[in-house]
Amino acid sequence: MLMVFGYNLGPILGQGVLGVVNGAFYALLSLGLAVIFGLLNIINFAHGALYMLGAVVAWFLLNYLGIGYWPSLFIAPVIVGAFGVLLERTMISKLYKLDHLYGLLLTFGIALIVEGLARNQFGSSGLPYSVPESLRGATRLGFMIMPTYRLWVVVASFVICITTWLVLEKTPIGATLRAATENAALVQSFGVNVPRLVMLTYGAGVALAALAGVMAAPVYSVNPNMGSDVIIVVFAVVVIGGMGSILGSILTGFGLGLLEGFTKFLYPEASGVVVFVLMIVVLLTRPAGLFGKAS
Amino acid sequence: MNTTIWGFSRPQVVALLVMIALFVVAPMVVYPVFLMKVLCFALFACAFNLLIGYAGLLSFGHSAYFGMGCYLAAYGAKHWGLSAELCVLLGGSVAAVMGLVFGAIAIRRQGIYFSMITLALAQFTYFICTQMSFTGGEDGIQQVPRPAVLGLLPLDNDMAIYWMVVGVFLLGFFGIFRIIHSPFGQVLKAIRENEQRAISLGYRVEQYKLMAFVLSTFIAGAAGGMKSLVFGIATLSDVTWQASGTIVLTTLLGGLGTIFGPVVGAVIVNTLEFYLAPFGSWVTITQGVIFVACVMVFRRGVIGELGAKLKVAL
Amino acid sequence: MEISRRSLLGSAALGTAAAALPLSRARAQAKPVIKIGVLNDQSGPYRDTGGLTSVECAKMAVAEFSAQMSGYTVEVLSADHQNKPDVGAGIARQWYDQGVDLILDVPNSGVALAVAGVAKEKNKVHVNSGAATSDLTGPACNGNIIQWTYDTWMLAQSTGGATVKAGGDTWYFITADYTFGHKLESDTTTLIKAAHGSVKGSSSYPFPGTTDFSSYLLQAQNSGAKVLGLANAGGDTINSIKQAKEFGLTMDIAALLMFITDVNALGLEVAQGLHLTESFYWDMNDRTRAFTKRLLPRSPDNYPNMDHAGVYASALHYMKTVNKMGVAAARADGKAAVAAMKALPTEDDCFGKGSIRADGRGMFHSYLFQVKKPSESKGKWDYYKLVQDSDPEHAWRPLADGHCPLIKS
Repeated sequence: MLMVFGYNLGPILGQGVLGVVNGAFYALLSLGLAVIFGLLNIINFAHGALYMLGAVVAWFLLNYLGIGYWPSLFIAPVIVGAFGVLLERTMISKLYKLDHLYGLLLTFGIALIVEGLARNQFGSSGLPYSVPESLRGATRLGFMIMPTYRLWVVVASFVICITTWLVLEKTPIGATLRAATENAALVQSFGVNVPRLVMLTYGAGVALAALAGVMAAPVYSVNPNMGSDVIIVVFAVVVIGGMGSILGSILTGFGLGLLEGFTKFLYPEASGVVVFVLMIVVLLTRPAGLFGKAS
Repeated sequence: MNTTIWGFSRPQVVALLVMIALFVVAPMVVYPVFLMKVLCFALFACAFNLLIGYAGLLSFGHSAYFGMGCYLAAYGAKHWGLSAELCVLLGGSVAAVMGLVFGAIAIRRQGIYFSMITLALAQFTYFICTQMSFTGGEDGIQQVPRPAVLGLLPLDNDMAIYWMVVGVFLLGFFGIFRIIHSPFGQVLKAIRENEQRAISLGYRVEQYKLMAFVLSTFIAGAAGGMKSLVFGIATLSDVTWQASGTIVLTTLLGGLGTIFGPVVGAVIVNTLEFYLAPFGSWVTITQGVIFVACVMVFRRGVIGELGAKLKVAL
Repeated sequence: MEISRRSLLGSAALGTAAAALPLSRARAQAKPVIKIGVLNDQSGPYRDTGGLTSVECAKMAVAEFSAQMSGYTVEVLSADHQNKPDVGAGIARQWYDQGVDLILDVPNSGVALAVAGVAKEKNKVHVNSGAATSDLTGPACNGNIIQWTYDTWMLAQSTGGATVKAGGDTWYFITADYTFGHKLESDTTTLIKAAHGSVKGSSSYPFPGTTDFSSYLLQAQNSGAKVLGLANAGGDTINSIKQAKEFGLTMDIAALLMFITDVNALGLEVAQGLHLTESFYWDMNDRTRAFTKRLLPRSPDNYPNMDHAGVYASALHYMKTVNKMGVAAARADGKAAVAAMKALPTEDDCFGKGSIRADGRGMFHSYLFQVKKPSESKGKWDYYKLVQDSDPEHAWRPLADGHCPLIKS
């Protein structure tokens, strides 16, 4: 066995790898949250609930329509994204001119409604969702046995995050979007339908949350509380990464997973709180977050 | 209109008398333990309102102070045999000390960042509560006796402790009212309206904010302390971030920056909880609907809208 | 706070009742009503081990006994305590204040201890069927409570004892971080140490709310222990076992508390070979089968486990006691009612003949089962092979070892 500083390296690596699986979800969720905040200036408290909704929709598709995991990866985000568009049109769009506080409170309310309905429907003990046939089994990593599905989650999340970042930073669509956040009136005058752009952006951010939800279903089981357990952490990730910074969210998401993993090895009880300690330290030393631009 | 009694305007005096009359009548018709719960949360909401309504500071982690007040009062009653008023004071004082430390950290940032830091600190408190042995972990501090007031007046009877809760509530309520109408409170409002101008007028804004934070946490802690004496139990439920969310809702619904708003908010929120609880998660759903309605339709809250209609400040 | 619809109507009617007091006295010819409240987890990880099936068990006991009720009727209420001690204690307080005489079930040891305290304070009755901590008949015991079905000492003795005997002498625990998990771990640890085994470590996880056990399983695997002791229950046990398979855990699993409902959720493919302990099995004898047959129309998806059976049996025993001591006396003094329940031998379809000891411990047989292979199972819910039958004298912690304050040594 490998030894470092008197520690057996295997367990540390093992916890680190498991941490990265959690980090993959943090990254995906904070990515959507950062997109929405960066482009709409809305603090989307409903993000966790919509993530849960993604998992619930996947469960529904499987149990009522016999639609399996792979199609659900596409269908569930579309359905939940459409729901997001509806929310944006009917409510959120009315708040752009007001203080951040109101967007936060509104989406908090939406989260309570969605989660409450889910809890009424399914109870709070969670519904099992099995791993798709093709990703069953486990891979020997030498220091641990890793279920193949969890490896897939890490890879898929990484690819999605990088793709989203590239789209926003390197393509004309991304450039227009960023321009619209800087100066909506100006972009509008170039003939771009800014409200529609904003609406679709919100839908896309929500779809990312739902996608994370589908991917999470086999790991954490479909649980009405899965969103509220994670939303606060994901907020912290976005704040630490720098609100609105896409790359910051992605890196912080994965990094936090790793950090939590190591904490689980050294001081397991503190793994849930390490993110908040980090957030306080970051906000006091770099107010705009690790990757944010100082305003 | 400008005649005032201790700073209360005439409509406020009327509202106050109605409120006190209701305190006297209500226990004859309503389950007293439920009323006491309402009063504890009303006081908590008033304390929270002092910050958001008058200093413009949204603390998203106020349950930390309320919950810590619960724990300390329960611990004092159970293990140190303190009398009732000392338990409540202990809860408030410890919360205030926490408020002093946490507030000093949080007020260094503004707006949403202030909220985020208060949230992080509250989560940190939650973690401490799950780890420290004195809180009893997930089981909480159970079977807390109801100590006598000053060691003399027993509170075993529900009505006896009810009057104590009413007394503490009114004390806190008047205290907050006096704070708001003091020169200190005026400066707070100035900071809320325009922080830059307050600074340029020579006010040490940070000290004012910190003072408001400490006062608010003291009252929140005392409210928590009362709750644990009433129910004989202190648990993690009161330290969760969801509890912080509920108190934001309570205050928003009643009316931010109104005197009676938080009380009305607490009555509505707790009544809904009481009557909807048997039907699964309808409490949560209704709270969500109220949030949405408040933000979309009446941002001033029940009392704020009522006051605007009657053209009086309530 | 979660309360049943009926108790709400009750509280809503309270105001009117107070105003209409003389009127209700004039109609006092109506039979007195005994109220039984079933307080358990109806939405969380323990909803299948107790939940609505427990409520139906209480209702069935009442329905079957109704012909023998001498001069009273019985009403059954129910509520969800959400696994929160403050919620549970709040409901118990309100129920007792508003005329509930007996609270049943109450899984989750943290909630149970809180309810036990309220029962004593209000001098009412609580018969626990769902909670495991042996402290209920130990340091926390009082004259107003009875623990009917099982406890951590008996589980450790039976399931833990069998595992140690089979050579499992080094353990790692995954423990639900509240009074139940810790008590189960400590009772089992005592037994392991007495057998000269050792505990290599333990991880306690936040309860409720943990669904991913992977990092704890990894720690267990790395500890080098032979046995993974699961000091948890319900949905948590199910998830732990499933994920242990997923991560290819090579340790023996000792699920210290497991119900037939959990076996059903896991499926025999995964659960086969596990040892577990219950004090009731539906397919044990003609009487248990008859009981199950009567219950199934009320609870079609869920066969009864020992928790459910305990609710039925304890409701029945309470009503027998009320018949004996008179309804007025039983309602007036919970402590006297509990004393009378202890004096009266128990007899019912689920547990056969039994008794209640002075410390409130229900004295029944305890059975060690092994879960059948899929090929051995002949039908629906045919899951258990009986391995060992412990008679009441040996199944439970000796009276003197519990240090119950009611017992003068």
